[in-house]
Amino acid sequence: MAEMRSVEFRREREQTWRELEHLIQLADTSGLRALASDQLARLPHLYRATLSSLSVARSISLDRALVEYLESLAGRAYFVVYGTRRHLRRQLADFFGWKLPATVRRAKWHIAIACAITLAGAIAAYALTRSDADYYYSFVGDMAEGRTPASSTAELHDGLYHQESVIGMLATFAAALFSHNARIAIVAFALGFVVGLPTLLLLFYNGLVLGAFVALYTSRGLAVDLWGWMLPHGVTELTAVIMCGAAGLMLGHGLVFSGARTPLDSLRERGRSAAVIVVGGVVMLFVAGLIEGVFRQTVTSVPARYAVAIVTAVGWLAYYGWCGRGRDAQERG
Amino acid sequence: MPAMSPALRQAEHAKLVRDIVTPEGVPIRFTLAPAGDRAAAFMLDMVIQCGVVVAVVLGLSLAVGGADRASWLTPFVIILAFFIVNFYFAFFEVRWQGATPGKRKLGLRVIDARGGQLETSAVLARNLVRELEVWTPLRFMLAKGTLWPDAPGWALVLAIAWTLVILLLPLLNRDRLRVGDLVGGTRVVLQPKPMLLPDLVDEPATAAATNVRGAPTYTFTETQLEIYGIYELQVLEGLLRQEPTSLGYFESVRTVTEKIRDKLTYQGRVDDDQRFLRDFYAALRAHLEQRILFGQRREDKFSDKR
Repeated sequence: MAEMRSVEFRREREQTWRELEHLIQLADTSGLRALASDQLARLPHLYRATLSSLSVARSISLDRALVEYLESLAGRAYFVVYGTRRHLRRQLADFFGWKLPATVRRAKWHIAIACAITLAGAIAAYALTRSDADYYYSFVGDMAEGRTPASSTAELHDGLYHQESVIGMLATFAAALFSHNARIAIVAFALGFVVGLPTLLLLFYNGLVLGAFVALYTSRGLAVDLWGWMLPHGVTELTAVIMCGAAGLMLGHGLVFSGARTPLDSLRERGRSAAVIVVGGVVMLFVAGLIEGVFRQTVTSVPARYAVAIVTAVGWLAYYGWCGRGRDAQERG
Repeated sequence: MPAMSPALRQAEHAKLVRDIVTPEGVPIRFTLAPAGDRAAAFMLDMVIQCGVVVAVVLGLSLAVGGADRASWLTPFVIILAFFIVNFYFAFFEVRWQGATPGKRKLGLRVIDARGGQLETSAVLARNLVRELEVWTPLRFMLAKGTLWPDAPGWALVLAIAWTLVILLLPLLNRDRLRVGDLVGGTRVVLQPKPMLLPDLVDEPATAAATNVRGAPTYTFTETQLEIYGIYELQVLEGLLRQEPTSLGYFESVRTVTEKIRDKLTYQGRVDDDQRFLRDFYAALRAHLEQRILFGQRREDKFSDKR
């Protein structure tokens, strides 16, 4: 009786499969870096050979154990070949040097809308609070001690130039502020999953608080002092919050207006871009926390405060506007 | 495993099997991870996260010694906890090709739903959503006073309902996706364990003496080989691959041999049931594979002959 084709096939190729199995075992137990460079180079080759074996086995072999083995081996190798595999440091450099600013540039319309909504909230609250100071309570609540219409102008003024004496308190304040803000920013993004509506509300509400605050201080003639207090970290913080809100709007946009694609395909694509923007936002909030917790509490000179505000604004604009433009053009061909 | 009948297990299994087409155009079969495994992996990861935070806090406070000099400890811990909670999963999934310590223990992996490269942005997207899926509702229920002072009862009910929907979502859709998987475009699958079993037809000479290859002891005619199809062949393969020590093995071999002899109206004497089945398996597989070469795939005994 002539030898069966499936038996012959297995004898010819088994060596390749065993080699791949060995390399994957090595990569799984001690990491990809445990592989020598020639082994690493052989990996894709062996993977492709095994995939082709799988196709052949499916069509000619009735040995179920063999087909199942190849199926598992190909799957296992797929994780290694198509998992994220570049070095973490390279990935970080890539992320901040190109991916993040490029993604933000592409999201400019979502950012513009998020900005407009925040502004609308701010203007509405400003106008209302100027006409009747009691609106302040409905926008900000009565939690802000010593910063309500009931406070005297002197109290309000002192609040803006108050200096913490204990350095530890300062750092704790900054850290708590950062983790609180960052959490809200991440939620603003994630809420975009509910077709973006909660994100819109959150942005609008953020604007309301801002507007009411500005109205209160302006009515006491403290506008210049307030902006000096707010802008050094506020430029960074507000930009970050608006970016994360824009990321949430992208999710909602993807779900509702999916165009030719299915809603899920479109959600996936926008979800990935949005996540990149949110990570950028979290890093910015960290920077804002540092400025707010350390710089603002120790520097009370108004010109210095404005200088920092201008420097941060120009810095972020330059970063998001131009960083990685060359690479972006290259990637798009 | 013995508690479930193989047929039932297969049906349960088949519902979770997905073909993922790789960039090479070859579909690879993956089994979606069951909800229980994912929950267990998640719990394990949570325990590790908490363990790391506690260990760092204890270690640092011991190293610093005394509460008053540890003034920078609190802010450090706050920031550390934030980054661990939000980036633990993303960090490992990027570094370990879609696995975290918990997933690795349970044998799970994250893959791209479309079969492409697992992008960093996909990993970030699927894990940032956890904040909303897990932490916000949890914080709201445990400490609603700080998050929303004097929240009305309906808000609490809403939060619980929201949490339930989010938690049960993976059970409500057929791809077992949580919100993070939807946003990131990922799937969580079982990590297969490749194990190459010897070919029943091509046993090495070291196998049992009775199995030395050569001329088969039992031969079959063309008409006898026309009776069964691929399905029956693979059921027989399953039986022959069982350990001879397993319970009722010889009894099954006996029964199956009787049945096949009956069906084939096999006239010859059969002394060695195992040998008979192996020879029949080899002959049937050769026959069916030959037919496949001619473009005729006979799925089971009910399929049309020729």
